[in-house]
Amino acid sequence: MEDIISTTDQILTTDGLPLKVSLRKTERKNKIRAFLLVFPLLLFIIVTFVVPIGDMLLRSVDDSQINNVYAKTFEEYNKWDSENDELPPEAVYEAIFNDIHYGDKVQVGKALTRMNYSKSGWKSLIKKTRRAIKKIVKSGELPTSYKETMISIHEGWGDRLFWVSMKQMVNEKTVIYYWNAIDRTYDIDGNVIMQDEKRRMYIKTWIRTFKVSVYVTFFCLLLGFPVAHLLANLPLRYSNLLMIFVLLPFWTSLLVRTTAWIVMLQQKGVINGVLVWLGIINDDQRIQMVYNMTGTIIAMTQILLPFMILPLYSVMKVIPKSHMRAAQNLGAKPVRAFIRVYLPQTVPGMSAGGLLVFVLAIGYFITPELVGGKDGQLIGHWIAYHLKTTLNWGLCAAIGSILLAIMLVLYWLYNKIVGIDNIKLG
Amino acid sequence: MALPSYATPVQRTYYYAYLLICSLVFFFLIAPLVAIIPISFSQSPFMVFTKGMMSWPPDPEAWSLRWYRYMVGICTDENLTTPCSNKWMIGTVNSFFVGFVSTFFATALGTLAALGLSRPHMPYKALIMSILISPMIVPLIITAAGMFFFYAKINLVYTFTGIILAHIALSTPFVVITVTATLVGFDMNMVKASQSLGARPVRTFFKVIMPLILPGVISGALFAFITSFDEVVIVMFMASLDQLTIPKQMWAGIRQEISPVILCMATCLVALSIFLLTTVELLRRRSEKMRGISRQ
Repeated sequence: MEDIISTTDQILTTDGLPLKVSLRKTERKNKIRAFLLVFPLLLFIIVTFVVPIGDMLLRSVDDSQINNVYAKTFEEYNKWDSENDELPPEAVYEAIFNDIHYGDKVQVGKALTRMNYSKSGWKSLIKKTRRAIKKIVKSGELPTSYKETMISIHEGWGDRLFWVSMKQMVNEKTVIYYWNAIDRTYDIDGNVIMQDEKRRMYIKTWIRTFKVSVYVTFFCLLLGFPVAHLLANLPLRYSNLLMIFVLLPFWTSLLVRTTAWIVMLQQKGVINGVLVWLGIINDDQRIQMVYNMTGTIIAMTQILLPFMILPLYSVMKVIPKSHMRAAQNLGAKPVRAFIRVYLPQTVPGMSAGGLLVFVLAIGYFITPELVGGKDGQLIGHWIAYHLKTTLNWGLCAAIGSILLAIMLVLYWLYNKIVGIDNIKLG
Repeated sequence: MALPSYATPVQRTYYYAYLLICSLVFFFLIAPLVAIIPISFSQSPFMVFTKGMMSWPPDPEAWSLRWYRYMVGICTDENLTTPCSNKWMIGTVNSFFVGFVSTFFATALGTLAALGLSRPHMPYKALIMSILISPMIVPLIITAAGMFFFYAKINLVYTFTGIILAHIALSTPFVVITVTATLVGFDMNMVKASQSLGARPVRTFFKVIMPLILPGVISGALFAFITSFDEVVIVMFMASLDQLTIPKQMWAGIRQEISPVILCMATCLVALSIFLLTTVELLRRRSEKMRGISRQ
């Protein structure tokens, strides 16, 4: 026996392959099999979800639409020596004359909106010019000097400021939308400046978003902690029953809960009604609790509370009850025992719940939109607004990308603390 | 948890204060949902408790099924204060249609993926898992914006196909998570036993694996269904009036004509969620029993 083992270095399987190779082969086969099971969903999620999000990120820096419309113009424009010459050369005028005339009406129109972001006045300038150019071309007499003709159509073409502002559009990639998303813009020379006073709304909303999220997280922790503690320490029979109070709101439609809060908080609503009935306030001093920031905070706290209670509960559940008793046995007063012994052990639950609530809160849209009124809107409002109303999709995508980046950082933290695959439902 | 008999008066006070706070929080959680139910049976066209509803003995004039009739599209009132249409019923049909189709695909794809992820040989498990559950993590408004841009390019906005694809993507994470949780502690020897007795993989799956993970799969499917059924942000942007769903109609209702019809639908939805919650809870207990896990 000893002779045989010593003469062959490797153990062979029945196929004559060395055991190591054979094992590796099986392992690879298993890996491929496991992967094949996951593959359909992975592909599906990538196509229907990851690619659209990536597309949005690209769109936030994309400026190619205008480059397609004014392709010729921008080509000539780049040759203009703007340092020395007051106005661009004849060739630029000729190119823009043709681009405006031959350009597709819809595309030119879309580009107009973009041009107005850089300098207001472009819209009326191009619109007027387009009508005049149509007439000139129709008459059959092409101008001898494009420059003079265009300046005679609209004096704006002789205004250097318009031409300088074009410099921001020539590049196919732009970060203007990101600057817009934090209330900044380019001045005519391409320096970053603050927006006009009356157009500054984003920084305000970002700050409000963080403020509301912090408040909501704080209130959720404040309200969730005692409840989670009670649920974790009651006998299972009772805690299962009480758990319904936490899980039912969790399972109920967001819109239903939001509507319910409007019913509760409005001026003729339940809470005001009870307060009047109890004689705490007079009928004519009903409190305005909805369609403002108070409403947003109250409704969001109730809606997100289960996300705080559940992680806290699962952490508190495994803290041995003997710890508190031991601390008290060693002479600590209940309060001291709680602070020194119990509280530190709940920190993982508090951070998990807190982060989860905070992350969910900064991306909230439905509830603030319905109960927030004017001063309770969060940043999601602007994404929806630019998506549907102004069609400024670049800005919409930029705000979305910033929000997404904040989100990813917070989830990275969450993953560090709790681990993302530890998410449990109910 | 009960107070020991030797507790001091101070401890007693603390204890009762603590219980009071907890009951207030429970009240805070559940009160809004309970409050809307009686109002939905009101006669008044406003979403308030009327005097008649609060009086004792009950005033039959104050209560009615009027708004429920509006909801199902029966309009018998002479003077209509609220437009009466069958929009709610169209929405219900569409919601169930979208919900069922997307639940079917989400459950199938999600269960397969969970089976793969639970195998010991799965490569890049953490990375793949985070991609798979990312639709649950990214805020809906961002998802909606991204999907709107992209689906507009391929002509899928304002179609059922687009909405269903979006809903499948949103609900698979729930299936993956619940089924993966059921597979924890799954005894792979049973699969080996089945195969050594001559069963082919497909037969093994349906006869051995499926019965064991079924509770998890059903819970996942219910989660997927409720996700699609309650989803409002995606349909707000990607659905036209042809794809009206309950949440879209509710949204429009809250914004435009605040009427108790919304509360009738809300009451129905609360009933639905009680039903689903109970089912999931029963399934979870059954699953734990089957897998021999006892809670404490």
